[in-house]
Amino acid sequence: MTYYPGGITHGVAVGSTRCGMAGLLQHPGYDEERLQRVAGQLPCREAQAGMLLSLMGQPQQFSYPSIFIYGHRASGKSHVTHVLLKELELPHATVSCVECVSVALLFEQVLLSFFGCDAASLLPRSPSLSDFVRIYRQQCSQSPAKQTRYIVMEKAELLRDTDANLLPALLRLQELVEDNITVILLSEIAWDKFRPNTGCFEPLLLHFPDYSKGELQQILSQDKHPSYSAEFYSSYINILLGVFYSVCRDLRELRHLAALNFSKFCEPLAEGKVKETDTHKLWRNIEPHLKKAMQTVYLREVSSLQWEQMQQMEERESGALRGLSAHTHVELPYYSKFLLIAAYLASYNPARTDKRFFLKHHGKIRKANFLKKNEKTSNHLLGPKPFPLDRLLAIFYSVVDSRVAPTASIFSQISSLVTLQLLTQVSHDDQLDAPKYKCAVSLDFICAISRTVNFDIVKYLYDFL
Amino acid sequence: MSKRKVKDAHLPVGECITQVQTILRERLCHQQLPDKPEGIEAQHKHLLELLKRTAIHGESNSVLIVGPRGVGKTMLLRCVLRDLLEEKEAQKNLLQVHLNGLLQTDDKIALKEITRQLHLENVVGDKVFGSFAENLAFLLEALKKGDRSSSQPVLFILDEFDLFAHHKNQTLLYNLFDVSQSAQAPIAVVGITCRLDVLELLEKRVKSRFSHRQIHLLSSLTFAQYLERVQSQLSLPDDFPDTKFAQDWNDSIKTLCKDKSVEEVLQRHFNSSKDVRSLHMLLMLCLSRVSVAKPAIKPADLLEASRLCFADAKANMLHGLSILELCLIIAMKHLNDVYDGEPFNLQMVHNEFKKFLQRKSNSMYNFEQPVIMKAFEHLQQLELIRPVDGSSAKTQSEYQLMRLMLDHSQIMEALQKYPQCPTEVKQWGMSAFG
Repeated sequence: MTYYPGGITHGVAVGSTRCGMAGLLQHPGYDEERLQRVAGQLPCREAQAGMLLSLMGQPQQFSYPSIFIYGHRASGKSHVTHVLLKELELPHATVSCVECVSVALLFEQVLLSFFGCDAASLLPRSPSLSDFVRIYRQQCSQSPAKQTRYIVMEKAELLRDTDANLLPALLRLQELVEDNITVILLSEIAWDKFRPNTGCFEPLLLHFPDYSKGELQQILSQDKHPSYSAEFYSSYINILLGVFYSVCRDLRELRHLAALNFSKFCEPLAEGKVKETDTHKLWRNIEPHLKKAMQTVYLREVSSLQWEQMQQMEERESGALRGLSAHTHVELPYYSKFLLIAAYLASYNPARTDKRFFLKHHGKIRKANFLKKNEKTSNHLLGPKPFPLDRLLAIFYSVVDSRVAPTASIFSQISSLVTLQLLTQVSHDDQLDAPKYKCAVSLDFICAISRTVNFDIVKYLYDFL
Repeated sequence: MSKRKVKDAHLPVGECITQVQTILRERLCHQQLPDKPEGIEAQHKHLLELLKRTAIHGESNSVLIVGPRGVGKTMLLRCVLRDLLEEKEAQKNLLQVHLNGLLQTDDKIALKEITRQLHLENVVGDKVFGSFAENLAFLLEALKKGDRSSSQPVLFILDEFDLFAHHKNQTLLYNLFDVSQSAQAPIAVVGITCRLDVLELLEKRVKSRFSHRQIHLLSSLTFAQYLERVQSQLSLPDDFPDTKFAQDWNDSIKTLCKDKSVEEVLQRHFNSSKDVRSLHMLLMLCLSRVSVAKPAIKPADLLEASRLCFADAKANMLHGLSILELCLIIAMKHLNDVYDGEPFNLQMVHNEFKKFLQRKSNSMYNFEQPVIMKAFEHLQQLELIRPVDGSSAKTQSEYQLMRLMLDHSQIMEALQKYPQCPTEVKQWGMSAFG
């Protein structure tokens, strides 16, 4: 008879306080030291890691056939699973569904990581699921699982685009191969959008919530610069989050931005203008800079390399370098410009107003009637309307001052505008007879074009009258 | 409390918990077969009789097991097979071929699989890998050559039967049913499917050869039985090594099932679905919370597990959006209200957002168009909004028509739950019209 001194009766109370404490991962069947190492690598994800671990159970026990983990981008889904599987040395195969353009690659990777390359080479040239399951079972009977095997599928939303039966088969793989195997699916999209129409084996759903502002601050503050104090770096992160948090909660993006702009933040310190503790002055210095970064680096208008170069060049104001979108300006021939202007006018003006805009003697049009419009029908909200070729040419002849002959060159310029994707051809039913086009350029672009030919386009736009 | 004082334990608690986890996990995750099928005794008897007639008397049969997902079709069949193989005569006589519609996606693969499972590949040598027609002819001949009295009966089990009906010309089904109808080798074809209209999928000639024998498994569980099922699923078997612990555990499960709040939760689950799988999922979540420090399932565990099961995934995702993205969603909601569910594009959403900024707020959220476009694209990636038509390359991205995939109430709930939501945004969201 064994007597347990005290421990059991008080176990509940002790346990509940332990669960409340962060930073402790516990599970029988795993080495405590290892679990601690795991916990050290997963800041702010103890609860999720603990949950996952308790679902996985001890290595030799069965685990649920499939676990579906969803959460926002950079909420630690794959990080937590990888750290757990790797540090605890559980047999696992990690498959990114982006890489696996064909199922053959997927099967090969799984067999390779479980049974070595001999098994993978058994796969026929274009393997079906049936082949995979057969080879898996064969191998499995030779080396049965002593521990649960895990298949981790990253970006699982892409599985929906492959064969219709791949996802249902993966979800019941444990039953099909009769092995202790668990499929873990990671995705940004909720499970409801995955369900096939005849249903499937439902996976266990696990949500990874987003990091709160405090947690983001804590994680970002971890990669501090060695030559500055921790408080200094953390105040920098605080300012950075103040600017970017309302727009972006992606940890990876924020980390990237933090790394890029830190040297600028330290600049006044290096020059000796301010002390480390003078947060207000530092904030005044960095804030406009960060705001500019949101319009440039965050949108990848300028690359991070260019941004770093810009920071080194002191005289040139950052942002003076032309970004990607500034390069969209294209040099066009004279008539092409007018053709594009005419196309824009045809796309964004209603046809009934053409007479008023483009005819010299258009007779009387009641002004009140003409100007009657409501916001709902504004074409700059609804997008471009298709127009026939005849209307384009009519407007073109009206806006261009000189007499232009309708030569082959004019028509070929129209089709080359289509190939440049400045115009799009709408209906493909007939190439020659009355084709319809749409103008696919923005207002800024067309304004810039019309400025080069001294044409005031805004005067001719119905929406801006 | 006193129940869990394990004074005369034969095993340490850690060991016991490990045992409990092992046993229950095998039951819940691995779908271990029960000793006796519960609630489906009639179907069990019917199927067992049928298969016995094939296995022992050499009668050809075909049958379909139809029922919704998670009702226990495979379990029934496996129970029947287990009981059938207990008989000596059946055991030495019967050949089994297991096919699954998910794996054998066309007839060629299925045929190869049949040859393999009947161990015929060495008989024909390399001929197996010849043409489909040859293979089929060989198999059919092998089946035809036999007759009622002399040849071994073959049991074909077609899981996900409805997928076999999508094969070209339904050749495999036709041939299998044809053999089962004529005086050739005795075979039994057992199909398992979750589609109630499966007979409509079959071609006329295939349908006419099918015996139209269907076994319907429709869950007729009452709530009392459901509760009993919960209890039996969580109880430890009698052969548990530590009898004292097992006794205590079973007692605690019994008291758990009598708890009022637990009953309420289970009633909710019962109302939403009667299938066993979703119950297993719930119990699995409870079980995962059992540890050495907490060696019993408490009502709180069940409540927590049920909360996890019923969590709204979309609400969870909305919680993690940035303020800007939330503002865009509110603007979309207003557009939906005003224009009665018409699709919208980025320009309209931005316009609506600008109106809000002009009227109600300071310029705190005055973002550039590209920043807003990036937020909009993120929403599209999360599939919270979806383009109306697929032709994305044709139109500029700001003019592409979208639809909001969220419900009015979901947005309102998300607004309430959103951490540190600015008051003006909340008010804007609440107001009936933008």
